[in-house]
Amino acid sequence: MNEVILRLLRAARGNGVRISVAEAIDAFNTVAAIGYDDRQALKDSLSLTLAKTVEEKILFEDCFDLYFRREAMAAKAELQIPGDLNFDFDLDGAQSGGPGGSPGGGGGGEGEGQGGGSGQGRAPSSGSALGKMLLANDEVGLAAAMETAAEDVGVSNISLFTQTNMYARRILDRMGLSQLEREIEALRNSERAEDAALGERLDALRRGLAERTRAFVERQLALFGAGTRREIREGALRTAQLSSLDRRDFDRMHALVRDMAKRIASKYGRTRHRDRKGVLDIRRTIRRNMSFDSIPFRTVWKREKIDKPKVMAICDVSGSVAQVARFLLLFLYTLTDTMRDIRSFAFSGDLIDVSEILEREEIEPAIMKIMEAVGFRSTNYGKSLEDFDDLAMRDLDRKTTVIILGDARGNRNEARTDLMEKIFSRSSRVIWLNPEHRASWGTGDSDMLRYMPFCHSVATCGTVAQLERVVQDLLREAV
Amino acid sequence: MNDVTSLKVPTIESVEEGLVSAGYIPSRQIATALFLSLRLQKPILVEGPAGVGKTELAKAAAEFLGLPLIRMQCYEGLDESKALYEWKYGKQLLYTQILKDKLGDTFKDTANLQEALARLNSFSDVFYSHDFLEPRPLLRALQMPQGAVLLVDEIDKADEEFEAFLLEILSDYQVSIPEIGTVSAIVPPVVLLTSNNTRDLGDAMKRRCLHLHIGYPDQKLEERIIDSRVPEVSTTLRKQLVSFVQQLRSIDLRKLPSVSETIDWARALMLLHAKDLDTQTVQDTLNVLLKFEGDMNTGTRRAAELTHKALREGVAAAE
Repeated sequence: MNEVILRLLRAARGNGVRISVAEAIDAFNTVAAIGYDDRQALKDSLSLTLAKTVEEKILFEDCFDLYFRREAMAAKAELQIPGDLNFDFDLDGAQSGGPGGSPGGGGGGEGEGQGGGSGQGRAPSSGSALGKMLLANDEVGLAAAMETAAEDVGVSNISLFTQTNMYARRILDRMGLSQLEREIEALRNSERAEDAALGERLDALRRGLAERTRAFVERQLALFGAGTRREIREGALRTAQLSSLDRRDFDRMHALVRDMAKRIASKYGRTRHRDRKGVLDIRRTIRRNMSFDSIPFRTVWKREKIDKPKVMAICDVSGSVAQVARFLLLFLYTLTDTMRDIRSFAFSGDLIDVSEILEREEIEPAIMKIMEAVGFRSTNYGKSLEDFDDLAMRDLDRKTTVIILGDARGNRNEARTDLMEKIFSRSSRVIWLNPEHRASWGTGDSDMLRYMPFCHSVATCGTVAQLERVVQDLLREAV
Repeated sequence: MNDVTSLKVPTIESVEEGLVSAGYIPSRQIATALFLSLRLQKPILVEGPAGVGKTELAKAAAEFLGLPLIRMQCYEGLDESKALYEWKYGKQLLYTQILKDKLGDTFKDTANLQEALARLNSFSDVFYSHDFLEPRPLLRALQMPQGAVLLVDEIDKADEEFEAFLLEILSDYQVSIPEIGTVSAIVPPVVLLTSNNTRDLGDAMKRRCLHLHIGYPDQKLEERIIDSRVPEVSTTLRKQLVSFVQQLRSIDLRKLPSVSETIDWARALMLLHAKDLDTQTVQDTLNVLLKFEGDMNTGTRRAAELTHKALREGVAAAE
């Protein structure tokens, strides 16, 4: 039975439940304590041992159900009495509805006994084992054979949907398809009408079987393949250029960005302290040891508080930059708990404060609104910096970090580097993120090189991975 | 595992009955979790919104297992000296003062410093012995001769350093005290940790625990809970009030009412001698259920509609 649990663990991992080796061992101990008898108890207890968040619990329980539905089918093979097989499976038992005297077991009660007009007395028989099972409508035997074959070909290694056909074919081969096909061929070419009819029926049954095998493999894919597929896709998305992202990937990307933000938030979320090692806080040490006659049993060391960063984000939302801006804003707002204070501004021609829109609305409609208000106009950096000067310059203090996201292409308008210098001198840090590659900075109408002296750091920021790095640096250095 | 505990809980059902006998109506999952925890000797990490009975579970478990409950409330800045042990500095100080003369006598007949030192060494560590050790909750739980139920409440409020420190205790049921050595549990305690999810706990911590999520109960379970906690409520009223609370949970509120609030509300209704729910009573007592002004406004506005529905369902159920 170990194999059963191991495969369940693998399936669960594939579906996004993180299971460590230690937890796998726990799972075996759990199974030993609970047993297999009570399905619900088994599910509950494995979910307790393996899934460690509510989301994981949902994933795991779905996976458990899917997995054991399949296992139940295989297990039936040992339990069922052949007598009542035909009752159970008449419904999907392809066309034949149970041939006259099915060799399985005299049952066949409801089998209308038409048998396609073939000799009622002589049971139609087939040479191959597979053919026999098909004709006898031996679901259980078939299922068991399919399971065994599936195990032999290692179907649980399936990872991509393109492999479905290959695995289905291999399973069928293992079950003896080629033999059956030869037999069908022989029967069809036979002189006797009965044989030809039998051949036709076997062929129909074979097609049914092929379909079922495919469905079976698809289920396996759902169980075991999800993990790999997600990894490949997300790995690709992480490093994909944000500006050329496909619309259909937005949802997935949002999820990815949220995940990252959550990870960062849980790391930096609380007010942090840093011990200044070796510097004694004399005042507090004396205070604390008053009850011991001020003999310093307990020492208190000086520590400094690390403030949450205060951030102002200024985003260019014209054309190609807008795409990147969208993710930066999403990132920043998922981090709201972590950041002390975020104010965001968006501009193309003019600059407006968009903090409120972003706070109030979901990200999609918020972006839409922002785009409507200021998007897609010809960019004017000088004018926008002037607007920023009016709106927010007085709120800048030496704890504020200013993040500017833009390609610095100002359509040859006045660059107003003097304002940029003002921002630079007033804030703690200015970070410029440019979605363009470094090589194209300063070419054409790009003013990037003129702004650069007034930034503490500049970075290319074309992908989510780069975005994550920037935000992480931002939080790490925040003092 | 402790044999006594093992005898008490041969099956999941027996855990369920035990908890019920202690006045706690568990869902099947909760009973399974406690059963597994006793069997595998693993701590349970209980998560869920406030007021769904996380702490109560520990109390009930202690009661039905007949073990003392040792509770440790976590908060920011909690450290070893408050959680594990502390030297009784004051006592040490006092004793050295009192024993000063004695010390003089002891060393009077020594010829030189070497000899005095040798004599001093021949005494065992008097001042760093168990006599001067003040056990805090964690150490106390390990020292209980019959074992104990250790409740580490709101672990998410403690610092990450403290969480890391707990790991040793949770996996080996032992702690090391530098001056004395390693102290192992006489009988491993049953450990329950609760968390309100204000921050994500570390993976290492989660890995060592069974993870139990207690959500809001469904109508049936909640009725049973009310029945056990406030038995004087009539069946009709119970159905109505539970149905009302259940509906309240489905609307968008800042803080959803939890089980403890339902119980409080049932008690409040009893004090007011309510026989049936009506809009006026509901509006008057809504502050028992809802704790924010915005929520109150929403609740008051929709009270009539929800009461009506609850009444209808109460009647339907009674028939």
